[in-house]
Amino acid sequence: MAEKRLGYQTVRLASPPYIVGAAAVAGPMEAQGPLGHEFDQTYPDLLAGQQSFEKAERLMMQDACQLALKKAGVTGSPPEVDYFLAGDLLNQLITSTFSALPLAVPFLGLYGACSTFAESVGLGAMLIDGGYADRVLCATSSHNAASERQYRYPTEYGNQRKPYSQWTVTGAGAVVLAAAGSGPRITHVTVGKVADLGIKDPYNQGAAMAPAAVDTIDVHLKDTGRSVDYYDLIVTGDLARFGSQMAINLAADRNLYLGDRYQDCGVLIYDSEKQDVHSGGSGCACSAIVTCGHLLKEMSRGKIKRLLVVATGALLSPTSFQQGENIPAVAHAIAIEG
Amino acid sequence: MMYLKAFLVGGLICMLAQLILDNTKFSPGHVLSGFTVAGGILGGLGFYDRLIDFAGAGASVPISSFGNALVKGALQEANTRGLVGVLTGMFEMTSTGIAAAIVFAFLTAVVFQPKS
Repeated sequence: MAEKRLGYQTVRLASPPYIVGAAAVAGPMEAQGPLGHEFDQTYPDLLAGQQSFEKAERLMMQDACQLALKKAGVTGSPPEVDYFLAGDLLNQLITSTFSALPLAVPFLGLYGACSTFAESVGLGAMLIDGGYADRVLCATSSHNAASERQYRYPTEYGNQRKPYSQWTVTGAGAVVLAAAGSGPRITHVTVGKVADLGIKDPYNQGAAMAPAAVDTIDVHLKDTGRSVDYYDLIVTGDLARFGSQMAINLAADRNLYLGDRYQDCGVLIYDSEKQDVHSGGSGCACSAIVTCGHLLKEMSRGKIKRLLVVATGALLSPTSFQQGENIPAVAHAIAIEG
Repeated sequence: MMYLKAFLVGGLICMLAQLILDNTKFSPGHVLSGFTVAGGILGGLGFYDRLIDFAGAGASVPISSFGNALVKGALQEANTRGLVGVLTGMFEMTSTGIAAAIVFAFLTAVVFQPKS
């Protein structure tokens, strides 16, 4: 077995890379939520002064990248990073590719649906630990109106949302990883397998992703020989209220009791009493802005020391679900230790 | 009295659609096309016009009325022009609605931009 591998799906980073800068920017709905004060920048409306929702999402990713670079003290144009790893939900990754253009650094586009945040940070950490890079910029974004238009129905259609449907988060998160520096470190990366439980409803993504999340958490703990108690907090990306309850039950079936050490970013980001978001948040910005905006700050405040972020992605396209295909899911985990 | 009948029949048609949306896995697209086809079948059998006579706008406003109008136009033209009439007649009675939808959608798109 390769020397840095643990068990079936986990890698242990020999020299864990540091998160030297992180930033989160968020849309109006997220700004009004319970974590609103934690975000580095918020926008008063979904257009953010741009002509289209897609351009607004692009601006958000670029703003998040610039803020993260600034916090990391990375200057210069082009910025002194070896790779830019980014992903979003729009067709052909237009947010990421158009954001990469002005950065002018080597770029790799990633699509993992809403698991992209953990995918980009995990890969970035592996690039650094492998000795292929000193510094990597990772970014993830999603936009409510741009995603709804592409995956479901545009606003103009006036479609009714089901009670268990989730609200795609508007915003972007970016982190700068470095081989040297200070800050929390990425110690382990567990790459998930694609799982399919036969869910076909594109509104019921929490149910589609919960089994993948539980499998990745279980494998991560077995591979590392850790227990749930090792972590101060285990967060899933965007299972929301119904999906996270399902995850707790599925984990109990595997004798894994998540208890109060477990939370879900899709639940944390909105106030379910005051905000009309139904089951909670989704979209790849969900885990990105909750982690970059809130959880990493909690780590620097000393409230969390060991964090496991399990970002979950529902792998559907409008074509696949219109043709009656199931919605498979994947979950990737990154262990962040302060 | 007509107002009450229109309210009840129109409301019942919409309630049926809402029950289907809430309790089945059918999407709004399925309900839309399903009600159009159902209206067409009822129209072909001669029931839908009687429903319109009874409930007025309660039956003529929901999408099922569009299916009825498609079939009715096709049957009328088929009587005078034969098989080709099925094709030419289909949009005979519905052309106002279709043209209005296109024109107003165009005007709205020119003037407004979605904010959310």
